[in-house]
Amino acid sequence: MTDLADSAASTATTTTPGREPLLKVEGLTKHFPVRSGLWGKGSVVRAVENVNFEVKPGETLGLVGESGCGKTTTGRMLVRLLEPTSGKITFEGEDITHTKGNRLRKLRQDIQIIFQDPYASLNPRHTVGRIVAMPLQVNGIDPPGGVKKRVQELLETVGLNPEHYNRYPHEFSGGQRQRIGIARALALKPKLIVADEPVSALDVSIQAQVVNLLRQLQRDLGLSFVFIAHDLAVVRHFCERIAVMYLGRMVEVGTREQIYENPAHPYTRALLSAVPDVTKLGGHGRIKLEGDVPSPIDPPSGCVFHTRCWKAQEKCSAEAPALVPVQNGSIAACHFPESGEVV
Amino acid sequence: MSNTPATADSRSPGTEDTAVAVLQPETAAKAFVGRSPGELAWIRLKRDRTAFGSFITVVLFIVVALASPLISKLYGVTPTAGNAGLLNSEGLPIGYLGGISADHWLGLEAGSGRDLFMQLIFGLRTSLIIAFSAAIISISTGVVIGIISGYFGGWVDQALTWFTDFALAFPFLVFALAIIPIINTASYDVGEEVPGSFRIGVIIGVFALFGWMTTARLVRGQILSLREREYVEAARAAGASSAHILFKQLLPNIWAPILVAFSLALPGFIAAEAALSFLNIGVVEPTPDLGRLVYYGRQWLGTPDWAYFLIPASAVFIVVLAFNLLGDSLRDALDPKSSK
Ligand SMILES: Nc1ncnc2c1ncn2[C@@H]1O[C@H](COP(=O)(O)OP(=O)(O)OP(=O)(O)O)[C@@H](O)[C@H]1O
Ligand code: SF4
Ligand SMILES: [Mg+2]
Repeated sequence: MTDLADSAASTATTTTPGREPLLKVEGLTKHFPVRSGLWGKGSVVRAVENVNFEVKPGETLGLVGESGCGKTTTGRMLVRLLEPTSGKITFEGEDITHTKGNRLRKLRQDIQIIFQDPYASLNPRHTVGRIVAMPLQVNGIDPPGGVKKRVQELLETVGLNPEHYNRYPHEFSGGQRQRIGIARALALKPKLIVADEPVSALDVSIQAQVVNLLRQLQRDLGLSFVFIAHDLAVVRHFCERIAVMYLGRMVEVGTREQIYENPAHPYTRALLSAVPDVTKLGGHGRIKLEGDVPSPIDPPSGCVFHTRCWKAQEKCSAEAPALVPVQNGSIAACHFPESGEVV
Repeated sequence: MSNTPATADSRSPGTEDTAVAVLQPETAAKAFVGRSPGELAWIRLKRDRTAFGSFITVVLFIVVALASPLISKLYGVTPTAGNAGLLNSEGLPIGYLGGISADHWLGLEAGSGRDLFMQLIFGLRTSLIIAFSAAIISISTGVVIGIISGYFGGWVDQALTWFTDFALAFPFLVFALAIIPIINTASYDVGEEVPGSFRIGVIIGVFALFGWMTTARLVRGQILSLREREYVEAARAAGASSAHILFKQLLPNIWAPILVAFSLALPGFIAAEAALSFLNIGVVEPTPDLGRLVYYGRQWLGTPDWAYFLIPASAVFIVVLAFNLLGDSLRDALDPKSSK
């Protein structure tokens, strides 16, 4: 390890609970107005509804939920690709919800994103060198030693051959492309990276390699991560804290131990059941979720999970549960939280 | 916090399993040589025989058209010189096959006695000048309108889309038949001689006015689908300006369909120009013109010299066909589906 990497790693380990959060999200909401047909009645997709969480410097937060739960929408609001309908995003103490112009450009250097699709995320007409240099170029940054040297450094950092900077994306495999996307995200030396399902499009054998790369970068560079995934298997070894989303809402937030060993929300438990290497599952055994996520245009009343919850009672469809601290130490939104251990 | 990237050393044997991943990047792409999508298209194009044949034909026509003044000099005959001495009292060429001779390879035009070969290659030049100018103007207009429409969306897009549909609904030929004489009479008095270049300009203008819509639609559709791509989002997330996104990220991905649209617009304009001339609202005398040659050639149809109709007519046909085939081959070669 270089001493630079060492010092970075040591900053990353000084995680103390009382630190100022790097990123703070309060009441974040995104509604998409949609119209069915040309003259159809306008309705609203409630993609993200009143989401709150924090990310400390050097921390990795997992954002987990099934497809359509609003994870991507949340991630895009964090990197300011989407304008929130309401709520507040604070980064390093500054309200960045509606930052514009030059300040936004500066801010973008601190918060970068890695995309899910390794094919759509790289411009097919640009060489790898140009793709990785793009963030430097658009910000007019001339790194010491020149852009080419910096690009080759970055390629090496993500485990690619630095001599390949003249090649085109179609000459690389999915995993290699994802590494190129990671190199691009690192170019501006961000403090926070939003990784939107960075491995779900990859072969299982390659997924681990890419997750390991991200882990190593996180340690070496002291990066903070919001790591989006649709199951609990991928984030298990990567995230210190995990937030579970369902239908645009946060249903449980807790540490890795709380979520994996002692989940309080039935939905978390159901997601956990899908993880192959979780064997013992306490009282209810393996839980299989029936049906699909309901439409966010017309979400169920009360607890939005009640249409699929095996513990649902009358109260559940009448009254929305609040996100409150529960017995296992996490916070969960459920009238009848679980308490038994899982493993 | 230090954001210095891990350098090569971070790949040295670490205590972590992570080092393994970093030391073994997937090596699947070893066999490739760095080739851009454009180079790949070029390789496909070279393998295509139709493309090759039509390309040679098109190049030949363009070279002949461009070199027509030079050819005229070497040949020793100008396109407009009347050879009255070689016509009989009825104005028909003396000799066989409409006066074919060592001096006049394709014979003479009845009535005027002009050299047909020269008329043909100068006429080709006129056709190509009109077609290329009209294609350049109309395709650029279409690209600009399509980009604005697709990239900015909203009411701008709605207005431009409406305008495009409106222009598409206009019957081109009827409009041309109506407007060209009107422009003429408005600009020049009766009896005043209309310069050839003015008419050419009017024709190019009318073509440009009616030629941009399909390109605008095409480009709008492309931009609409590309602007949501994640590489565009990545540029936006890095702080890129709209100009960067348009010119550096989007345009390089749509030049292929633009090129195809351009190459397919050319034969369309050549044929349309010939049609206008045939209807006698095209290029005026003394500018040589292919369509008008066909028009004049008609009078030979019933005679043994019907070749004078056939030659300019086949010239138009071959030019249009060659350009069309070339455009089609280009489209196949540049097709994004085959570039994977
Ligand atoms: N631009 C948009 N207009 C309308 N609805 C949208 C838009 N973007 C997302 N949605 C809807 O918002 C909901 C949340 O979408 P989002 O992409 O954030 O989900 P996700 O959790 O990332 O799912 P996935 O695992 O499929 O990526 C979905 O129902 C989606 O259809
Ligand atoms: S509130 Fe009711 S329906 Fe919702 S998760 Fe808890 S038990 Fe299930
Ligand atoms: Mg998503």
